[in-house]
Amino acid sequence: MSTSGPTPAGAPHVRSLNCPGCGASLTVRSFGNAVTIVCESCHSVLDAQDPRLRILQQFHASTSEDPPLIPLGSRGTIRGVLYEVIGFERRTIQVEGISYSWHEYVLFNPTKGFRYLTEFEGHWNDVSVLRALPEVSSGGATLKYLGETYRHFQTADAATAFVLGEFPWQVRVGEVARVSDFISPPRVISSEGSGKEVTWSIGEYLAGKDIWKAFKLPGQAPSPVGVYENQPSPMSSNVKSVWALTGAFLIALLAIAVGAYWIESSEQVFEQTFEFNTSAGGEASFVTDVFQLKGRTADVEVTTNAGVDNDWLYLNYALIDQDTGHAYDFGREVSYYHGYDSDGSWSEGGTTNTVTIPSVPPGNYYLRIEPESDPNRGLIRYGVTVKRDVPQASFFGLAALALLIPAGLITWRSLNFEHLRWAESDYGTAPNDGSLLSSVENIRDSFKSSGEED
Amino acid sequence: MTQPIANCPNCGAKIVFRWSGSVQTVCEFCKSVLIRTDINLQRVGKVADLPPNSSPIQVGTEGVFGNRSFSVLGRIIYEYEQGNWNEWHFVTIDGTSGWLSDAQLNYAVTFPAQVGILPRECKVGQQYVWDGETYVVSTITKAHYCGVEGELPFKYWDKSDVVFIDLMSRSQKFATFDYSEDPPLLFLGEFVDFDDLKLKNLRTFEGWS
Repeated sequence: MSTSGPTPAGAPHVRSLNCPGCGASLTVRSFGNAVTIVCESCHSVLDAQDPRLRILQQFHASTSEDPPLIPLGSRGTIRGVLYEVIGFERRTIQVEGISYSWHEYVLFNPTKGFRYLTEFEGHWNDVSVLRALPEVSSGGATLKYLGETYRHFQTADAATAFVLGEFPWQVRVGEVARVSDFISPPRVISSEGSGKEVTWSIGEYLAGKDIWKAFKLPGQAPSPVGVYENQPSPMSSNVKSVWALTGAFLIALLAIAVGAYWIESSEQVFEQTFEFNTSAGGEASFVTDVFQLKGRTADVEVTTNAGVDNDWLYLNYALIDQDTGHAYDFGREVSYYHGYDSDGSWSEGGTTNTVTIPSVPPGNYYLRIEPESDPNRGLIRYGVTVKRDVPQASFFGLAALALLIPAGLITWRSLNFEHLRWAESDYGTAPNDGSLLSSVENIRDSFKSSGEED
Repeated sequence: MTQPIANCPNCGAKIVFRWSGSVQTVCEFCKSVLIRTDINLQRVGKVADLPPNSSPIQVGTEGVFGNRSFSVLGRIIYEYEQGNWNEWHFVTIDGTSGWLSDAQLNYAVTFPAQVGILPRECKVGQQYVWDGETYVVSTITKAHYCGVEGELPFKYWDKSDVVFIDLMSRSQKFATFDYSEDPPLLFLGEFVDFDDLKLKNLRTFEGWS
C-alpha cells in the first residue's frame, strides 16, 4: 500500500492572538483543540473555535488572590508522557455552610490529548476521562469499574469560581455541576453532571512532591492538610495482609517451638555424681573435668539432683571457660522438707533444681563446685547434669508478643486513618463492609459515642 | 491490491486509488469530489476549505490495530459544539475498511456492523446488547458536516446536519449510530490508546518533538 499523497499544509503551530477584550497577546497552546480560552489579563472568556475569538463572558477576580501553583505553560512528565499546563480553574462546594475550594489544571499533549491534575489543600490527583462505563449499584452506595468496587464518598454541587487559559469544553464562571466521588484508595471515580450528560473520570492520588519533581517547580510542595478522600493509608496498605502474615508467623513460631522441644539438640554434655561429706572439714570446693560446648552461643542448663530428705544442700557454682577464664557464677539450693501435721501430710521444695545460663559461647568449660550444708548431716550424694541448647518457652512467648505488637499497632493506626478519611464524607463514619476492620471500627465508634453521651 | 489510475475530469490531475473498494475521492489539487463509476470518474461537487484542525493523523498515516496494519486513506470532518472531529477512513492489510475517530485526541477504532434494525430515536442511558456486550447510550451529538478528504468507501459529500449517537460499554468497547444514512448505520469498535496504534507518518507539532 502506497503512502504517498497529499498532507495538510504545514505543521500546526502555536498561535499568538490578541484578546478582543483588552488587546493583550494570547498564547494558544492546544493547537485548536481548546473550546474556550480565558484571557489572563482581562479575564474575558473567549470562544476558541471562533477565528475572531468572540467574548462569551467576562468576570472580575484577581489572579493574584489564588494563582495556579503550576504556572500555565509549565511542562512536566506524568506517567511517562510530557504534558503542558494550558488551563486552570477553581471550583467551590458548600458543605454545611462552609465552602471548600479545589483547583484543576488542564494538561495537554498534542498527540496523547488531555489529562487533568486536581489539588485540594496539598493533596493531588492525576485525572483522566473514563473510556468505559462504571456500574453503579441500585442504591448508589457503590460502583464497580474494571472489577474493582468503589464506595460513594460525597456528592456536592460544584461551582466554577475562577478560570484561566484553555479548556477542551465550554467553561463559564458561575456554572454549577453536580459532582459525585466514589473511592477505592488510591483511586477515585467521579461523575460530573446529571441526567443526560454524565462524564466519568478516574483520579489517582499523587504526592505534591512528585508534582514538584515532574514540573521542576521551585521550593517545596505545600504540605497536605488532613486526610484526603482517596489518600492511600500509609500503614494499612493492607491490614488484612499484615494479620495474615502475623498469623502465618505465629503458626510457624508454634511449629518451631513444638519442634524445638522434640528435636532440638538439647545435648547432654556433662553428667557426674558426687558425694559431699559435711563432717569432713577443710576446703570443699573442687573442679570437674573439662567438657565441650559446641556450636553457636546458646543456653546451658545445669540440673542438680541431690538426695536430700528434710534437709538442704547449697552449691556455689562457677561455669568457667578454660581458655579465657571467663566465669559464670551462680548458686543453687536443693532442699526438700516433708512431714505430717494436723492438716495432713505436707512437703516443700524438691530434690531437683534446674537453672538456665543464657548466651554461653562455645568453648571448653569446666565447673567449679563448692557445696555447703548442715555440718552434722554427714554424706550427701548429688548429681550434676549439664545440657546444651535447651529451648526456652519464654523466648517463644516473647517472640509471639513481638509479632503481635506491629500488627496491632498497624490496625489501630489504620483505623484512625480511615476514621479521619470518612469523617469528611457525606456519611461522617466509615461504611460497614462486613470486614473485620469495619467491625472493629464500629465497635470503636460505639464506645466513642457512648463516651460522648456521658 | 489494485491501484487504478485516472485523471481528474475537472483539472486533469492524476488520480490514484490506493484501495480498490474506494467509491469516492477528492482531487488533491482542485478539491473536486470524484465518484468512481464503472467507466470513469464523475465530478459531483467541490470541497470547501477544511476548517483548521490539529489531528496528529493525516492521509498516509500508517498504524497497527490488533495484529493488522492499516493505512489512512481519507476522512470526513464534522463540527459540533466542542469544535470539530475527524473520522479517518483506513484500510487494513487484508482489505477491510474501518474508521479511526479522533475527537479532541480521544481515539476510537470502529468497523461497520450489521445487527438488524437500529432505533429511530433513543435516550441517554438506554441499553443494547450485541455479542454479549452491553452498550449504553452515552451521548447524542448533533453534528454539522464540514468536508471530506481522500478515499472513502461510500459517496459522502452533500451532507448538512447529522445526528450521531455514541454508546459506551462496561469495558472499552464503543459503538456509534450514524444517522447520516437511511436506514442508519452501526459502527462497532473500541476506544484505543494512541501509543497502542504504533502510528507512523504523523503530523509534527511546533515545539513538540
